[in-house]
Amino acid sequence: MARIVVDPITRIEGHLRIEAVVENGKISEAYSSGTMIRGFEKILKGRDPRDAWAFTERACGVCTTVHALASVRTVEDALKISVPKNAELIRNLMFCAQYCQDHVVHFYHLHALDWVDVVSALSADPKETSRIARSISKWPKTSPGYFSDIQQRVKTFVESGQLGIFANGYWGHSAYKLPAEINLLAVAHYLEALEWQKEIVKIHAIFGGKNPHPNYLVGGVPCSINLEEVNAINSERLNHVLKLIKDAMAFVEQVYIPDLMAIAGYYKDWAAVGGGLENYLSYGDLPTQGYNQPDSFKFPRGAILNRNLNEVHDVNGKDSEEIKEYIAHSWYKYAGGDKTGLHPWDGETEFNHTGPKPPYDFLDIDGKYSWIKTPRWRGNPMEVGPLARLLVGYASGSDEVKDVIHEAIHALQVPVTALFSTLGRTAARGLETRLVARWMKGFYDDLLANIKNGDTRTFNDERWEPDTWPKTAEGVGLTEAPRGALAHWIRIKDKVIDNYQLVVPSTWNASPKDHNGKRSAYEESLVGTPVANEDAPIEILRTVHSFDPCIACAVHLYDPDGKNIHQITVR
Amino acid sequence: MVKKLPSIWEAMQTKGYSRRDFMRFCSMAAAVAGVKVSGMASVVHAFEKKPRPPVVWLHFQECTCCSESFIRSSHPIVSDVVFDYLSLDYTETLQAAAGHQAEKCLHDTMKNNAGKYILLVEGSVPMKDDGVYCTIGGRSAEDILKEAAKDAAAVIAWGSCASNGCIQAANPNPTNATPIHKIISKPVINVPGCPPIGDVMTAVITHVLVFGKIPDLDGQGRPKEFYGRRVHDTCYRRPYYDAGMFVEAWDDDKARKGYCLYKMGCRGPVTYNACSVTRWNEGTSYPIQSGHGCIGCSENGFWDNGPFYRHLASFPGFGIETTADTVGTVVGVAAAAGVTAHAVTTHIRKKKIVNDRIERSVTDREPKKEGGEE
Repeated sequence: MARIVVDPITRIEGHLRIEAVVENGKISEAYSSGTMIRGFEKILKGRDPRDAWAFTERACGVCTTVHALASVRTVEDALKISVPKNAELIRNLMFCAQYCQDHVVHFYHLHALDWVDVVSALSADPKETSRIARSISKWPKTSPGYFSDIQQRVKTFVESGQLGIFANGYWGHSAYKLPAEINLLAVAHYLEALEWQKEIVKIHAIFGGKNPHPNYLVGGVPCSINLEEVNAINSERLNHVLKLIKDAMAFVEQVYIPDLMAIAGYYKDWAAVGGGLENYLSYGDLPTQGYNQPDSFKFPRGAILNRNLNEVHDVNGKDSEEIKEYIAHSWYKYAGGDKTGLHPWDGETEFNHTGPKPPYDFLDIDGKYSWIKTPRWRGNPMEVGPLARLLVGYASGSDEVKDVIHEAIHALQVPVTALFSTLGRTAARGLETRLVARWMKGFYDDLLANIKNGDTRTFNDERWEPDTWPKTAEGVGLTEAPRGALAHWIRIKDKVIDNYQLVVPSTWNASPKDHNGKRSAYEESLVGTPVANEDAPIEILRTVHSFDPCIACAVHLYDPDGKNIHQITVR
Repeated sequence: MVKKLPSIWEAMQTKGYSRRDFMRFCSMAAAVAGVKVSGMASVVHAFEKKPRPPVVWLHFQECTCCSESFIRSSHPIVSDVVFDYLSLDYTETLQAAAGHQAEKCLHDTMKNNAGKYILLVEGSVPMKDDGVYCTIGGRSAEDILKEAAKDAAAVIAWGSCASNGCIQAANPNPTNATPIHKIISKPVINVPGCPPIGDVMTAVITHVLVFGKIPDLDGQGRPKEFYGRRVHDTCYRRPYYDAGMFVEAWDDDKARKGYCLYKMGCRGPVTYNACSVTRWNEGTSYPIQSGHGCIGCSENGFWDNGPFYRHLASFPGFGIETTADTVGTVVGVAAAAGVTAHAVTTHIRKKKIVNDRIERSVTDREPKKEGGEE
């Protein structure tokens, strides 16, 4: 029995440490720890609620925009603002662009090296790679010469003796199963995806001025539409967006999905590993009839317990009995003691670091061991993310979701239960990207139709001025970040933020055990994961990366007592 | 054991690039780095002869938006070069290895390339409570930073987190988040912004790589090349400011015509950055072009300079020749007066400024020593 430590977990956002106990070649217990904190909620107190989107957007630069969206919805919910149709559509387009970019980067640049042996690509036959590429896709860049050039490039790189990002990788590990030819294909697309990902986010630049961290606005979107003006969203800007959408659909359908399916075919054994929790939560997103009509969402809202796909439970972010956060193993202190759970609106916390001071070798796993709190839905640990979204969509009867799932499991010749796994999680991310890319085109068409009908409004000014606000207000903003269910809660008092809280996807997935000793998603999924070589635990990376960890936003604190809070008076 | 590493030119040859492609790449790199035509020879020479410099990229208190922005760098050959011709030996975001294998990459580079590697830092360092607010591999951020900086040839602070502490250093700064130049004794190139523009990031590296020296910096350690002009002075909406034509409310008829966003809180007048010239995402847009004011994300303490939608105080006589060194950041205090006054002053000053600029630009361009290569 050995306790192994992987810190840093690389190819993620943020600082994550995994300690795992390995017995007889399998993980018997795991500990997930977020090792960095910044203190967002404390910083937000006393500020103008209309500024909160800019602050919270900085929670994460990988899934940029999602916190800004959650934040403007939270403030709009508190102040009872509904946004114009165009604003909803533009927000949806930015949401879809983010998903496409984020999921593609995750697959190729953060996750692929767990499955793809770069060094093996050197021994590939480029002609055979070309044949395979042509058999699975109509993507044009598939000539033997093209793959031969890529191979030569890798060869030169390796022979230079400077391995850069590929240094000390697990090359040659027995867990790598792909033929050399498919490794070469994946390496070629690693490079192509790196070029392409910077294109799709231009949609953010067009509507929000820049990426990462485009601009949002409480009450709508900051850009105006004017077909008679070069200084606004006009025909040229819309044409640019359309081109980016078409290119995205082509890249997803002709590169990402064929690669995903080709690689998955060699790792079907990972459809039996890393299933983890049996509960799934999705807040749903992509409204088509307004944010207050969750029935109109493309991704439906709901919770699934015990993998029972015949029942979808309602989810309400405002119900104080549904979502609660616990700190039994987190470095915080509650007045009511470590076993108390608190709804985010009643959050009450202060730092209480009880762990070893750096430098340290091991965490105190019996006590507190992470900066991440432990959220529960009706007391249950929940998995969030692409798999949860698809399962809630499937169980809710979405034909589009069912179709992409059935197509994939038919092609791979696996049962639908294969989804409950490390492989299933990675596949679900790709499958939902197909849907999102198609929906993006639909939202674009809707935007054009709406403009054609004479509606160019992008902003609702009814409650922009603080003197139109009530003395106190509270709101919740729910969204689906690429990594899963994301929510912000706000309390506004005397026109400034009295309390602001975030419960983010990686809080659900990466959190430590709760007061009852129940594991959250990462830890539960790691238990049972095989580890062939304790010195090179690539299997841990596979399962953890299947969640697409994003840790910077998972660590935060609440401080309703308001000690040392900077007050800003708004005129 | 020591084998000769391929130069950028050699590497490009093996990739099938022609000499003409190579020369075009050099011109582009030179243009991005602000090198005039007579300096081209040294650019070509540097890329021909130098092996890929080892680079260590550390992450502390940050959101990874700087890494994301970096990979948005737009010129195709530049992104090829960044992938192929820098040796990114340690970067938690992209490297294949994890855990102790990753740490080995870091230690190997520091040991084998002492005095030669470039250190890039993304994120601030929490100095409170012995560093428990950010640990990697069980070590504190401060400890890791000091060790890595010791033998670095050059240190670049990516983004506002590493340059000025950014959001986590905003009041009340719960973890005592500290910019790196306050922790290490070496000179640091600050490349602030939340994030900085990707093309600016690659250009700063190119500058160091080609000339083997750090670019000229302003009083806040920012390359003058990209932080020498206020967003306001190079903004394409500046004529509306000068004419007193302002957006008065979001999506009003003036917003739809693209008037100046000053009254909506735009921080362009007090923000030194390249946004309105270089623009974002391959020149696609920048915040003002897409209808939102600048929030001033490359300035020290910008988070505490809000609220963002309250417009700035007057700054009469604040002409485009002024630099951050002499003026500093103006703290936002609401005041409606002064807008018109400034607009008028600006008009009068403009002629003089233009004349001065023309003269000065001639004297500024006297050839300087552009050494660096062997």
